[in-house]
Amino acid sequence: MGKAPRITIEDLSLAFRTGTGPFVALDRVSFDIAPGSFVSVVGPSGCGKSTLLKLLSGVYSPTSGRILFDGKPVEKERLQGQVGYVFQRALLLPWRTALQNVMLTMEVARRSMTRAQREAEALKWLEIAGLKGFEHRFPHELSGGMQQRVSICRALAFRPQILLMDEPFGALDEITRETLQNELLQLWQQTETTVVFITHSIPEAVILSEQIVVMSARPGRVVERINVPFPRPRVDSVREHPDFVEMAGHIRSLLHPRAHAIAAE
Amino acid sequence: MYRLSVTLGQFLVFVVFFAIWELLVDLLHIRPVILPAPTAIAEKIWENRALLLKESWPTFAAISLGFIAAVVSGFLLAVGIAYSRIVRDLTYPFLIAAQILPKIAFAPLFLIWFGFGLTPKIVIAALIAFFPIVINTAKGLTSVDKELLQYMDSLGSSGWEKFTKISLPWALPYIFAALKISITLAIVGAVVGEFVAAGEGLGYVINSSNITLNTELMFAAIVTMSVLGILMYLAIVLLERYMLPQGQLEDSGHSTM
Ligand SMILES: Nc1ncnc2c1ncn2[C@@H]1O[C@H](COP(=O)(O)OP(=O)(O)OP(=O)(O)O)[C@@H](O)[C@H]1O
Ligand SMILES: [Mg+2]
Repeated sequence: MGKAPRITIEDLSLAFRTGTGPFVALDRVSFDIAPGSFVSVVGPSGCGKSTLLKLLSGVYSPTSGRILFDGKPVEKERLQGQVGYVFQRALLLPWRTALQNVMLTMEVARRSMTRAQREAEALKWLEIAGLKGFEHRFPHELSGGMQQRVSICRALAFRPQILLMDEPFGALDEITRETLQNELLQLWQQTETTVVFITHSIPEAVILSEQIVVMSARPGRVVERINVPFPRPRVDSVREHPDFVEMAGHIRSLLHPRAHAIAAE
Repeated sequence: MYRLSVTLGQFLVFVVFFAIWELLVDLLHIRPVILPAPTAIAEKIWENRALLLKESWPTFAAISLGFIAAVVSGFLLAVGIAYSRIVRDLTYPFLIAAQILPKIAFAPLFLIWFGFGLTPKIVIAALIAFFPIVINTAKGLTSVDKELLQYMDSLGSSGWEKFTKISLPWALPYIFAALKISITLAIVGAVVGEFVAAGEGLGYVINSSNITLNTELMFAAIVTMSVLGILMYLAIVLLERYMLPQGQLEDSGHSTM
């Protein structure tokens, strides 16, 4: 498995066809994602965060603009097996058990693995996510948060170079969330994985990422990109740090609707 | 405990039904040619067991072959409808119209077209079993959660993989619902086929004993026919149990969160 590519997003726009004419979900979004970096995207509901991830994963094609991986336009074949995507919904296959659901990504994107290897890997991730004992449950027998954790395991288990995570920890309790945040950070630090992480929690974005992309809604645009310089590990200490409080306050003010009106002038 | 008493109760309903039947025939002195008593029918079945077993085979063959033909062709057309817009737009109105048509009414015509024997029975059985398969399977294949397919796209999966790993399992509950409807229709089709265009089979026995006013034999054949139908229906239910994981049997609808 090679190194993660440098991702270049150039003037990316996407308009959906709707009953009332085209709807611009993303408007000329541009930014770079360095290989192995951890980028969070925050923005109000409906500003196009999920849409951005669907473009990055090759699920949608842009109306205009482009996405480059190491300078080359993204094509589906080149994406194969590189992108692990945690959708906003858990999106588990109802006819597969938790274990079989986690194995899905490896079946599709890691053909060289044997069945036993896939199973071992899936079991390992389920255990990390606190789902030991639930491996053979069907999705409808799991709670919403457990389903979401299975979905996260599924994305991590095949060790993609790029991880796209759409509010992965939104439905979880504080403790489970911290465990998984730490796991994710560890994985990210040990491997060369690039993480693009969507969240509604400003502290979460600050604690996890190297860079935060702040978006505004209607149309979805990038308002500001913020580098997060705090030393790691951050989890315990950083919340009290005065710079942390200031940065969080700044992001909050950017997300506040009035801020756009001012910025637009 | 509740399960047990319900099973017992369900059994009792059958017993009461046949007891009242037996009693009425006895008390009202109904002649066997009008309505034979259950015990008389049972006796008749036992007497004619060799004949009934022998005549079950052609009926069974007609039902099975007609049903299989309907399932295979119905499935293929459904895949066409689900994946090709032009196939969908061209065939759908025709299919809906054809489904409403009383296809049984064509049975005598098939005698003219396909002659006497196995072929017209199979054709009628297949024809009426076909439509539920197409329509349900197409509905199952097209109702797949779009984001599940997008998820597969994000993994770079091929169209074939999306079909076998997502669409087909998604459609299975729909397909089994259709199979259960279609098998009963195939039975009706085969029997009607035997009424009009056959010299053997349970339908033929029912028809010919009706003409000779041998009502007891007629009932014996009807009962055999019912048992055959129930067994074939059960075979599908068993297959469904085996093929659908418990996750989909519980609430046959789908919910991906
Ligand atoms: N398939 C679609 N067809 C039409 N409009 C869509 C479609 N998908 C998304 N949109 C619209 O595009 C905009 C962006 O949607 P998106 O799901 O990317 O928002 P989001 O930032 O992820 O929001 P949230 O934080 O609520 O998840 C929304 O206004 C939405 O209504
Ligand atoms: Mg979203």
